[in-house]
Amino acid sequence: MKNFNYHLAKDSKEASKLSSSNSAFLAGGMTTIPSMKLGLASYKDLIDIKNIKKLSGIKVSGKSVTIGATTKHVEVANSKEVKKAIPSLANLAEGIGDPQVRNRGTIGGSVANNDPSADYPSACIALNATIHTNDRKIEASKFFKGMFETALKKGELIEAIEFQIPEKSSYQKHPNPASRYAVVGVYVAKHKKDINVAVTGAKPCVYNDKDLSKALSNSFSSSSIQNMELDSSDMNSDIHASAEYRASLVVTQAKKAVDAC
Amino acid sequence: MASLVGSRVERKEDKRFLTGKGRYTSDINLVNQTYAIFVRSPHARAQIKKLDISKAQKSSGVVSILTGSEIAEDKIGGLIAGWAIRSEDGTEMKCPANPPLAKDIVNFVGDPVAVVIAESLEEAKVAAEKVSVDYKVLKAVTSTADAMDGDTIHEGIDKNLCFDWLLGDRQKVKEAFEKADKVISIDIINNRLIPNAMEPRACLADYNSASEEITLYTTSQNPHLSRLIMSAFGNVSPEHKLRVVAPDVGGGFGSKINVYNEDIVCSWAAKKINRAIKWVAERSESFLTDIHGRDHVTHAELAVTNDGKFLGFKNETIANLGAYARVFGTVTPTYLFGPCATGVYEIPAAYSNVKAVFTNTAPVDAYRGAGRPEATYTIERLVEKASMELGIDKTELRMKNFPTAFPFKQTLVHTVDSGDYVAGMEKAKQMADYNGYEARRKDSESRGKLRGIGVSSYFEACGIAPSAAVMSLGCGVGLWESAEVRFNPTGQVTVYTGSHSHGQSHQTTFAQIAADELGVPIENIDIVHGDTDKGTFGMGTYGSRSLTVGGIAIVNACKKIVEKGKRVTAKMLEASPEDVEFKDGEFIVAKSNKKKTIGEIAFACYLPGVRDEMKSPLPEGEEPGLKETAFFDPSNFSFPAGTHIAEVEIDPETGEVKLEKYTACDDFGRIINPMIVEGQVHGGLAQGIGQALYENAEYDETGQLMTGSYMDYTMPRADNFPEFNIGYTCTHATTNPLGVKGCGEAGAIAAPPTVMNAVIDALGGQEITMPATAEKVWKACKNLKKSNSKAA
Ligand SMILES: Cc1cc2nc3c(=O)[nH]c(=O)nc-3n(C[C@H](O)[C@H](O)[C@H](O)COP(=O)(O)OP(=O)(O)OC[C@H]3O[C@@H](n4cnc5c(N)ncnc54)[C@H](O)[C@@H]3O)c2cc1C
Repeated sequence: MKNFNYHLAKDSKEASKLSSSNSAFLAGGMTTIPSMKLGLASYKDLIDIKNIKKLSGIKVSGKSVTIGATTKHVEVANSKEVKKAIPSLANLAEGIGDPQVRNRGTIGGSVANNDPSADYPSACIALNATIHTNDRKIEASKFFKGMFETALKKGELIEAIEFQIPEKSSYQKHPNPASRYAVVGVYVAKHKKDINVAVTGAKPCVYNDKDLSKALSNSFSSSSIQNMELDSSDMNSDIHASAEYRASLVVTQAKKAVDAC
Repeated sequence: MASLVGSRVERKEDKRFLTGKGRYTSDINLVNQTYAIFVRSPHARAQIKKLDISKAQKSSGVVSILTGSEIAEDKIGGLIAGWAIRSEDGTEMKCPANPPLAKDIVNFVGDPVAVVIAESLEEAKVAAEKVSVDYKVLKAVTSTADAMDGDTIHEGIDKNLCFDWLLGDRQKVKEAFEKADKVISIDIINNRLIPNAMEPRACLADYNSASEEITLYTTSQNPHLSRLIMSAFGNVSPEHKLRVVAPDVGGGFGSKINVYNEDIVCSWAAKKINRAIKWVAERSESFLTDIHGRDHVTHAELAVTNDGKFLGFKNETIANLGAYARVFGTVTPTYLFGPCATGVYEIPAAYSNVKAVFTNTAPVDAYRGAGRPEATYTIERLVEKASMELGIDKTELRMKNFPTAFPFKQTLVHTVDSGDYVAGMEKAKQMADYNGYEARRKDSESRGKLRGIGVSSYFEACGIAPSAAVMSLGCGVGLWESAEVRFNPTGQVTVYTGSHSHGQSHQTTFAQIAADELGVPIENIDIVHGDTDKGTFGMGTYGSRSLTVGGIAIVNACKKIVEKGKRVTAKMLEASPEDVEFKDGEFIVAKSNKKKTIGEIAFACYLPGVRDEMKSPLPEGEEPGLKETAFFDPSNFSFPAGTHIAEVEIDPETGEVKLEKYTACDDFGRIINPMIVEGQVHGGLAQGIGQALYENAEYDETGQLMTGSYMDYTMPRADNFPEFNIGYTCTHATTNPLGVKGCGEAGAIAAPPTVMNAVIDALGGQEITMPATAEKVWKACKNLKKSNSKAA
């Protein structure tokens, strides 16, 4: 790893001011530090945002759950409020990586990073989330732009993520046995007005599978998607899973999710 | 005094390890040390057209940059193959030179071409990036199966063939096959693995210009052997001016047997720059440059009668050596593999033919089990297939062909001194509730799951030693072991062993043995290993040899101490030595109440004389002091054996395999510490199951390692395993006084075929390759569904 300057920001304003084209925010460091160690990324400045009090914590209202950006995965997994309001979200957090990763990694870091096989982006899509930044509010459907790409502008800081509480929901992940990231993860959420089937891992970016949600809107049961075959032509293919296998997993995991709802 | 042998003595080393007081190579720092970074080839095969260090030399903090040219000028030797293997046609094997720093040509990704030595690690890294190498990239050979058809990698080595070796009698096998009712044949791949010791390799070389001595701290399983190789073949320093210290070592599994490029380069360079040099591998360097394991492609056939008698066996294997042949590289796929491939069975005629090939991949060498996992996988997959094709129960078919008497003269090389394979099978079946399997299968089926059961019976030849045998098979050294037992005047004991512990718990097991032999409390016994300046010599630890060879050397040295103690006691108590008996730490004159404790005798040996009340005259001609050395060279290998049974459940929709039950019933002879043996079995099983279900080292066709990090190389974790059901049968080895057999590798040897047989059973007999990943299994499940619906 190459040397860098370390800054401990006291508030969002300072964090944003310190940032440049050669800096990164340091939340849990679970993506940033390994990529620096492997030489995949290098930064002049790391701006630690852990000490910004306002960014951490969980708030639940009648309609939504709002989670501060630096809230750790373990805190979401163990939160009584989250378990009660959206149990599938606590479940998702519980299944991220391993205990070390969950004890440091944060929701804001995960969402900002938008790894194609990360778990949280699917929750954002399925639960009609709003991403609150220091500057604006962004709807999840407009936030995830492509592989490792988001609507965030340089220096823009996520402050919190607000999830809409669904009627029913479930997240089902087929983990990569090595990294435990999702080979495919499917988040099914049934809201009053709509049904979302958010899929991560299958394509370069998380997406809402319209075919599956349409079929489920007609009848919310796993048998209604039982024999669906998805087009695999734009799905990821790597040493862990072919596109064809991923396409099959999307349906399988969606069925499991519906059954678990 | 109660015997300690056989009891669950808590590990003496745990306090150190669990409280962070272990002292590993990278914990050691010397005043004024420098840091090394190796510049490595990014290509699998290329010519070095130009290597330019001028920019890097100007980089801040650089002390020295050395390349293949300098190392060649100084006539520093390269890395070597430790065993000479002959081809079937009698010709010698062909091995390329393996210089510590490549000069003209690189042969795998990670092959080092230069070393950058700087004042700090950071400066070394920055400078290393400025070394510019102009490569002419050549077409790489990476596939084991096709290596003989690829471009010639090493000049003069046709078809990339190191040797084409045969063990057995082709004619006899041919005749046996002519008599067969049926021939079962199989094509299998033994997947390539990366050892992944928890502690990455590291070394710290120091040079003292006054004494002209090099001290090398390194992560080695065999410091004396490393010194010998570096001195005799590396020309680094005369043996008496080279001290090799392997302090606490965090796992080896075979990967730390070899002397590596970095050991030689840092030792040589430390002398050149007259400063200490430290190098610690990054995990990605471990993936690329530690030796890899396995990597065989095999076609095997078994000739059988309709009622299930085995008549003949053929084994045609291509073994990948990687880019170069290293210390155990050539023996692993031959004498450690071929003889064991006939398994625990009486097979009248057999042969193993192995073609060892070079490819542009990391060198392949001994990895936990070394050859015997490949052998066991071959025969046990074949026997399982035979049971399916013959319609004979898999356990019955095996038992039908077990030897009935011991010693058992195995078809190809070994004479197995002891064992009871039927008892092992019967106990395993009972432990696994084999007869209740059908009910569990139905239960899985009712939940939409596929269930399978797999069995494998194994024997293996370990405790690798008998010098006469191994040298006749081509080994460059004898594989005995030494021990030295020293008493202090005040009665504590230090045992110096040539074995090396890097997870084997010698500090405890060896102390238990010495405590029993000498009647000294275990707290008063220290085990010292891992330093060529301490202890006589050592061949080190691999091939499950520590206890069966090194442990027995300790027993023998203790016996010499007792003999001397008897003579001294006799003199002091005015008896004849033949009348002195030794028991529980006391020398007793027969038919009298006269006795001395071993502590008193030790004291007397250091104060030989008479003064006032102290009367400790030594017998005439007896030397003072109490210290004995023993070298032990057993008459044979040790032959642990056993039967393992696994059950898996498969989700046909995702292809996920869940290992539901695992039973291991092993015969390790007499067990010194059951807790430590359980630990060894668990570790071996984890690696064996890892091979079957998770681990795979994959190169692409250009020779880039696709699985070069834990994001892509699947190490098994605790939650991948059920609770292991472990049991033993016990027939004592007859070839050593403790009756012990090796236990370190058994799990890694037996588990892969056991698990794969279960997976393949669940898949209705469809062959799939290791590791049985979810996607492969999913595809097989789809085929199964198709063929079932056709049948319906
Ligand atoms: C071994 C391992 C296994 C893992 N397994 C999984 C898994 O199964 N599922 C999964 O989803 N993830 C997994 N992860 C990733 C993990 O969840 C990380 O925590 C996450 O991706 C990044 O969060 P972080 O807090 O560590 O971010 P950091 O590494 O600190 O930052 C990552 C990036 O996000 C930016 N950033 C951080 N916070 C903010 C913010 N508030 N506003 C704007 N930008 C910000 C930073 O600038 C940086 O570019 C794994 C990681 C590891 C190391």
